[in-house]
Amino acid sequence: MQALTNKAKQVNRAPMSFMEKLYLPAIIKGMMITFSHIFKKKPTINYPEKKRPFSPVFRGLQILNRDEEGRENCTACGLCAVACPAEAITMEAAERQPGEEHLYKEEKYAAKYEINMLRCIFCGLCEEACPKDAIYLSETFTPADYQRKQFIYSKNDLLIPHPKENEEAYLKALGNRPQKQTL
Amino acid sequence: MLHSELSVKISSVQKMEAEIKTIKVTIDNITIDVAPGTTILNAARQIGGDVTPPAMCYYSKLEGSGGKCRTCLVEVAAGSTADPRPMPKLVASCRTGVMDGMIVKNITSEKVPEARAGVVEFLLLNHPLDCPICDQAGECHLQDLGYDHGKEGTRYQFARRTFKKEDIGPYIQLHMTRCILCYRCTYVADQITNKRVHGIVDRGDHAAISTYISQAIDNDFSGNMIDVCPVGALTDKTFRFKNRVWFTKPMDANRSCTTPGCCGKATLWLRGEEVFRVTARKDEWGEVQSFEGKPGWICNTCRFETKETSKWNIEGLTTISRHSVIGANKYNTLEMPKETIKKVMSGVEPKLLMDIHSVSGVNTNDIHLSELKGPAHSEDFKK
Repeated sequence: MQALTNKAKQVNRAPMSFMEKLYLPAIIKGMMITFSHIFKKKPTINYPEKKRPFSPVFRGLQILNRDEEGRENCTACGLCAVACPAEAITMEAAERQPGEEHLYKEEKYAAKYEINMLRCIFCGLCEEACPKDAIYLSETFTPADYQRKQFIYSKNDLLIPHPKENEEAYLKALGNRPQKQTL
Repeated sequence: MLHSELSVKISSVQKMEAEIKTIKVTIDNITIDVAPGTTILNAARQIGGDVTPPAMCYYSKLEGSGGKCRTCLVEVAAGSTADPRPMPKLVASCRTGVMDGMIVKNITSEKVPEARAGVVEFLLLNHPLDCPICDQAGECHLQDLGYDHGKEGTRYQFARRTFKKEDIGPYIQLHMTRCILCYRCTYVADQITNKRVHGIVDRGDHAAISTYISQAIDNDFSGNMIDVCPVGALTDKTFRFKNRVWFTKPMDANRSCTTPGCCGKATLWLRGEEVFRVTARKDEWGEVQSFEGKPGWICNTCRFETKETSKWNIEGLTTISRHSVIGANKYNTLEMPKETIKKVMSGVEPKLLMDIHSVSGVNTNDIHLSELKGPAHSEDFKK
């Protein structure tokens, strides 16, 4: 039968030669390859002790950003939720009252903000959609857990640490990547 | 179909008034017969589709509106059969009457898109780009216009005009910074409500809508100002920040309203079973729909005080244009889909690994946003 492509290869069913029947040369050859790898550079690292740098386009756990004074950037505009292909994001908005200016940047803010990490596919469309630089995907993984309900992340879980009260944690959460410029 | 309806209408008019000639006008190579005295914009609306110029200030249901925003500019390539010279400048189509044999260019013109983009940029000079906060976003005519002309950004680098915040009553929220001074709301107050208590004060850059002596607007039809406002300058305070329009479910509904002049036909905007907002029904031009030849204005009782589905007869889902972001709400049918697992598994309930409603803090039963008179505040969520 004629093959459709030239990729088919006939299996060699010829009886083994004397050298092949001995097996030893092939075993020694294989061991040599194994031995030579001892002197080569290791491709793996000792993970928890050593960590690799993240790629500049790595998309990890979402973070809700604050400005340099510690006010929340999010205005609950809903663009992340409408952009989300997995429908993981929900929110409820509230109006800022006099006296709350140090907490929220704009007159409207997200009173509740929730991401269902079981649904999230870390596509980064929420970050793309955000007009206020409020949500972005950080350089950390979502930590593993034993219970499903722990993966419903509320606003408290997602908010970045306060830049003035906890500067170290803030800078760590901010990561090393260049920040998106807002209008 | 529109065309045929129109010609039927025109022929009946002809019969009534002995001999009124219809006049021929060509807009973007489409010829149509219209009654004398029709404006270019209305002739284009009779053709419909892309040849219709956008309008920010003209409102067919409000007498005297138009001629202020200049977004409906068109090129008149030939004035009429008698005088076929082109008009030297672009004209505002809402205020220019058609002449027999007039040739108008809108989208086929080279000048019009560029001029209109310039007009959009001028309208956006003092307009804050705060669409993420604005409740009008998603149904805002200025937003659509800006995106249509590639002017969603801004080149303006100076301070925009700002106004002192003014409370104009319990139902309507005024954001003067967003106003483009189209005067539609003042015409509503003049023509629909029995007394006008607000108007435009000051001139030029300082011009602002204001109620005289901060007098509250408390007549029965003041809510219609929200519907005619092309931007987010006048928004519903009872809907303020409750939800984005593209997450709500719009439904056509009616009730027998006792207020004289109220048509009782409205669109309810729901989230789940809660009615967040009631508006008048809109036609394809974003104007209030007409019923039996009369504009379907609704009264404040229907709009602000009747937020229970039980008080309305639901007619069905509102048809949303497929170009609108409101279509992102994904409501295709009125009924909620039924659970099938229990039925298929002969009465055995599905074993849920997690019930999202018991874990989620959003859309909980302890706060009903539709029952709040105004926007939610931090203490509402602390309960």
